[in-house]
Amino acid sequence: MEKIKRYGQIIYILWLRQIKRHYRSRARVVGSLAQPILFLVALGFGFGPIYQRAGGGDYIQFIAPGIVAMSIIFTAMFAGIEVIYDKQFGFLKETLVAPVKRWNIMLGRTLGGATVATIQGLIVLVISFLIGFRPDNLWLLPVAILMMILMATFFTALGTAIASKLEDMQAFPLIINFLIMPLFFLSGALFPLEGLPRTIQIITYLDPLSYGVDGIRGALSSQLHFGFSHDFGIIIILVFLALGIGSWLFSKIEV
Amino acid sequence: MNIIEVKNLVKRFDDIVAVDDISFAVEKGKIFAFLGPNGAGKTTTIKMFTTLLQPTSGKISINGFDPSTQSDSVRQSLGIIFQDPSLDDELTAWENLEFHGVLYGVSKKIRRQRIEELLKVVELENRRDHLVKEFSGGMKRRLEIARGLLHHPQIIFLDEPTLGLDPQTRNHLWGYIKDMNQKEDVTVFFSTHYMQEAEKMADQIAIIDHGKIVAQGSAQDLEKQTQTDTLEDAFLQLTGKDIREDSAKAIDRLRTNRRVWRR
Repeated sequence: MEKIKRYGQIIYILWLRQIKRHYRSRARVVGSLAQPILFLVALGFGFGPIYQRAGGGDYIQFIAPGIVAMSIIFTAMFAGIEVIYDKQFGFLKETLVAPVKRWNIMLGRTLGGATVATIQGLIVLVISFLIGFRPDNLWLLPVAILMMILMATFFTALGTAIASKLEDMQAFPLIINFLIMPLFFLSGALFPLEGLPRTIQIITYLDPLSYGVDGIRGALSSQLHFGFSHDFGIIIILVFLALGIGSWLFSKIEV
Repeated sequence: MNIIEVKNLVKRFDDIVAVDDISFAVEKGKIFAFLGPNGAGKTTTIKMFTTLLQPTSGKISINGFDPSTQSDSVRQSLGIIFQDPSLDDELTAWENLEFHGVLYGVSKKIRRQRIEELLKVVELENRRDHLVKEFSGGMKRRLEIARGLLHHPQIIFLDEPTLGLDPQTRNHLWGYIKDMNQKEDVTVFFSTHYMQEAEKMADQIAIIDHGKIVAQGSAQDLEKQTQTDTLEDAFLQLTGKDIREDSAKAIDRLRTNRRVWRR
């Protein structure tokens, strides 16, 4: 019991630190909203008429969940850069010499980044309401939010794990962009997964983001491709996998 | 009883030998000074003691535990003040201290009480709610020291703690450390370039140069051994008069530049 309480305190203080750091930097908060808004407006209105004519229905209904997922994957993966920051400014040493389990460090940091990313996704969701997105069933909103939290946790853990192996602040965005772009474009965030050429379809099925997008879209726009149990099952497994690998990598860091 | 024991410790970075087969011991409750010119291997040794680096070979025992296999128990026993900055710039002074206290499991009551006390020792009590990034170099250093003293471990490592501090703060600081050492039997292991400090504070001294221990004993022993009057002269005689380049930093730079991936 005593142990669990201590783990809780450590994870909480690490979480709190991430939150404070993020919201003290106004540039970060505003800057990370610009891209999803641009995508929402440009693609939503740009492709809307064609999508309608092709018989797909209202494109905003389709794309808004995809853009919410996009804002989450970007914020979450880039949260990893904090680890490199801490390495370069020496703060990582302070956490690493502390008598704290490495999985506590990994989990605390990840939950901090994931919280920020989930809030980011919610803000984008609210903005898409303003643009004209209307969820089919508000009762399923908690399902969508749960998927957003899980996705944010997975991608933050992934970004953090990658960052734990890197030393160089310039290399991180390059590597992360190299990962995010294909993950995003091949996830079904922008187009339906039905009737795709075989190769592309296989790739989209291998993309974890596909299941996140599908879960959110299923809950908000009642358009499901894989089904909730698939979506949630896969993302939950990935969350544990990424946290496990990240904790192991943290135990190997030398500074 | 020896709280630190080192046997044939070696640390190699690629082809540079930073620590070359050193052996020594520190008795529990003593103040131990670890002296040496820049790049002699002091910081590398301290990093191995504190679980931040894996030794290439040799044996270390900290409070009876091995840092490479029992890192949790070792971390439980120690506190450290690093040579280079390790504060979070985007948090306030108080938040940095609070964070540290929670990580080390200092209970809330003691934590709050010591934070107040230590902010006074380092004269930062009216800056407590300022972000660290607004601090001058000296203020950061003082805060760093306050943080290192917040939990009272069994052994405290101080890597050049007084570098860049004015005599007043230095005096306060050593008063606090001495107090902790006497009242709570905390073993103190420190490195410094101020020979008077080592002469005045340390029960035992070891001098390291080019990764090897060149002499150890009390200040008097070293003076006798070299037939000099002060520790400063003894130090110069033992380590020579050439100025060293700080090769530890050069190694760091090399390691970063060589490749982006760590392994």
